[in-house]
Amino acid sequence: MMNQKNLKIQSPKNEYETYHMSTRKAGVIQNIKKDFKANRELYYISFIIIAYYLIFCYKPMLGAVIAFKDYVPMKGIWKSQWVGFKYFRDFFQSPYFVRLIRNTIWLSLNSLIFGFPAPIILALLINEIGNKFFKRSIQTITYLPHFISMVVICGIIKDFTSDTGVINYFISALGGKPVTMLSVPKLFMPVYVISGIWQEVGWGSIIYLAALTGIDPQLYEASYMDGANRWKQTIYITLPGIAPTIIILFILRMGSLLNVGFEKILLLYNPGIYETADVISTYVYRKGLLEFNWGFSTAVGLLNSVINFFFLIAANTISRKVNDTSLW
Amino acid sequence: MRIKKTPGEKVFTVFNILFMIIMIIMTLYPMLYVLFASVSDSDAIMRYTGPLLKPIGFTLAAYKRVFQYPMVLRSLVNSIIIVLMGTSINIFMTSLGAYVLSRKHFYIKNAMMVLIVITMYFSGGLVPQYLNVKELGMLDTYWAIIIPGAISTWNLIIMRTSFLSIPDSLEESAKLDGAKHIDILFKIVIPLAMPTIAVMILFYGVGHWNSWFSAMIYLKTRDKFPMQLILREILILNDTSSGGMQGNSTIDDVQKIGETIKYALIIVATVPILVVYPFLQKYFVNGVMIGALKE
Repeated sequence: MMNQKNLKIQSPKNEYETYHMSTRKAGVIQNIKKDFKANRELYYISFIIIAYYLIFCYKPMLGAVIAFKDYVPMKGIWKSQWVGFKYFRDFFQSPYFVRLIRNTIWLSLNSLIFGFPAPIILALLINEIGNKFFKRSIQTITYLPHFISMVVICGIIKDFTSDTGVINYFISALGGKPVTMLSVPKLFMPVYVISGIWQEVGWGSIIYLAALTGIDPQLYEASYMDGANRWKQTIYITLPGIAPTIIILFILRMGSLLNVGFEKILLLYNPGIYETADVISTYVYRKGLLEFNWGFSTAVGLLNSVINFFFLIAANTISRKVNDTSLW
Repeated sequence: MRIKKTPGEKVFTVFNILFMIIMIIMTLYPMLYVLFASVSDSDAIMRYTGPLLKPIGFTLAAYKRVFQYPMVLRSLVNSIIIVLMGTSINIFMTSLGAYVLSRKHFYIKNAMMVLIVITMYFSGGLVPQYLNVKELGMLDTYWAIIIPGAISTWNLIIMRTSFLSIPDSLEESAKLDGAKHIDILFKIVIPLAMPTIAVMILFYGVGHWNSWFSAMIYLKTRDKFPMQLILREILILNDTSSGGMQGNSTIDDVQKIGETIKYALIIVATVPILVVYPFLQKYFVNGVMIGALKE
């Protein structure tokens, strides 16, 4: 016990020295060895964290090679036969290819076009409200749906859009014909997008409201002196003020362009509307985990990630060129 | 400075407040509908169409029935176990990770950060992840739901940011007193970062409570199913027969009660969230900011 204590007392000094020597001298392994002596405990903790990431993130990444293999569970991943790009070819040639890509992009694009500006608009409107209590109440209420489980949300969506549901009640009151919306292929997209906005608009606005509080109030006073009204202030001060936030969130959103709300679609769709509701990720789930087409399913999933990554890079590059805001 | 309002601005203000009131109604109404329906008479609910503005009749029968079904209680207990175990492991692992990544003099810190951030953009995909869990022998255990998601990288980065804001001098003086890193983490850093940890507890806890997909693919034994899976069977698949729902009653009876039971179950599954929400709410806006704006 005493010994340990003595060691510890010296350690800050050691650590400091080690750090400075290590930055100068070459040899990563040597540096780590030196650093290990000073930061032994930190290394032990790091091993746990690194092991976690290796086992649960990197090992499945390697496991994705089964996209190129005829995976036989008995043989394991590495001993299974290589099949090259067979599954990719199969997928490109299947009638599902066009449908899945079309649905994925269509759902995602519409969520982006209608869903992305919604929280910005809500934040701008909330910002215009003078009464603090009212302002806080609206925020608290609008981000509540974000915390309710997807199963419950989808249960409510199913209920409200059924032929005897509340939405159809209003449709027939206005002279329309009630339909079970989730059994009509062309209605899936609007149901999906509108319910998505309902669920996430409040939560999405938090970030913009924070960005809004960061704008210098003097700008507004000065512009008022120059005769700018509220609308002009919004266009020339408020929006440019939150532009960097908007751009960063937009880039992040682009990076997941092909990741539409997988769980939500899985809960809402049915074979009757696969035509418009089936997307890449739900197809990957059905093929892989229900039909045990492991290699094929992995290939489709891999393709999805590659395209996503491409979109992320593209959005980031464009944004960096256009206005110097980027993720990296 | 007081800015005078033009007539146009006054009109805007009125419309804005009206719009906000509509927003509030639209957000709250579906939940109120469920609440009203759950305490209504099940016969009346079956026949009723249109917006429900108050309960039709008043009866707690649906709630009584809900708790009579063994599978519902069982799944509630399972969910609680998963939330408690899962969130503890989440917080433990995330704080360990955030701690090492927030130390200034730690040689492999940056390399680790790169290793971790890459996983935000790449993943093996659904099937390789499933096979990984299978190979590790975790199928049909709660570990399959808890361990692969032990750290959310996004949360890890938020926590690291909050740890970085704690002054170094505290660590230095604790070291002089003979404290080890583990002591520093649990006795100094975590208590000081409590607002952020509270947010993490909320995020992870709500995540576990609401999650169903990993339970659906990894769990086979019905007795282990969490609440959300049972909810899914009843709400989405309309399968009230599952989970011993029918008991001794006729099919007709089941359908009739099934209608209100659905709503009662939604309330049962949502109430815990509504209960913790006001307590943690003041923290989480801050938490979100730290993650969003500094990184």
